[in-house]
Amino acid sequence: MADDVPKNKVELDARFTELYRRHLRDVYSYSYYRVGNHHDAEDLTEQTFLQAYRHFERALRESNGRPLRPWLIRIAHNLAANFYRDRSRKPESAIEDAGLISAPHTTEALVEGREELKAILEGVSQLPDDRREALIMRFALGMDNREIARALGRTDGATKVLLHRAIRQLETMVSANAGGEPV
Amino acid sequence: MSSGVTDFEALVREALSPVEPPDDLLARMELTLVNLTELAQDELEAWELSTMRDPRKWVRPAAAAVVGASAGTALVVLRVRSRHRARKQQSSSLFDLAERTLADFAEEARRVLRDS
Repeated sequence: MADDVPKNKVELDARFTELYRRHLRDVYSYSYYRVGNHHDAEDLTEQTFLQAYRHFERALRESNGRPLRPWLIRIAHNLAANFYRDRSRKPESAIEDAGLISAPHTTEALVEGREELKAILEGVSQLPDDRREALIMRFALGMDNREIARALGRTDGATKVLLHRAIRQLETMVSANAGGEPV
Repeated sequence: MSSGVTDFEALVREALSPVEPPDDLLARMELTLVNLTELAQDELEAWELSTMRDPRKWVRPAAAAVVGASAGTALVVLRVRSRHRARKQQSSSLFDLAERTLADFAEEARRVLRDS
């Protein structure tokens, strides 16, 4: 809502501080799963927030009170696309076993599931870009269909179908790699 | 949806767990943003005072736009900020400080653009 837009720079900066504290992990997780390593994920995260800072006031005005997380992720998405285009590279390996190393995977059950999880990460890296992104947003960031739709610039319905197909394709890939055994 | 799919989704959720940012990233981001906001305020005040007296100083927004448009914004800001105290000590007046800061900004922006 326009009324919700801060009236001065101090308030605006305070709102921005609140935004990046709340969503730093989201942007970092998204960046990490996109670029596949911590170093580039840090760069991408910093660039995302600097870009966001420059356009924050307009985003607040135009958001009509809706959450800004999809907007942030969309910035990261665009920057990641530039990152690949400028450097003409893709992640060398899917992900540095992100979920196994960096995330709070400390329970015995998770350790036992290591190979399955590795296979899934490998499968995720082989999915088409839009499907991979939708899965990252859904599972790593916990975004709902509407948020993902806004971040990807799609309709809610198209996003629901995209997610469904992504999960099915991933399941098929992982199952095929496991020799047809159910995962 | 079948229970198989549900189980699989649970595994996907585990595999794609949120990744915690490094401890120093939040601190670094805060520092960058604090510098960004403080510098803007600081420089603006100095510039406004001098500009009221001398329209030649109106060039500053152009320099700021150059800095703002580059990918090295934070770098420029941090470098210029780090030399703020030295400039202040060297300056004989706010007018002089604004002039030195403007020159420093422009030089740093050129350097970052050259390196990028």
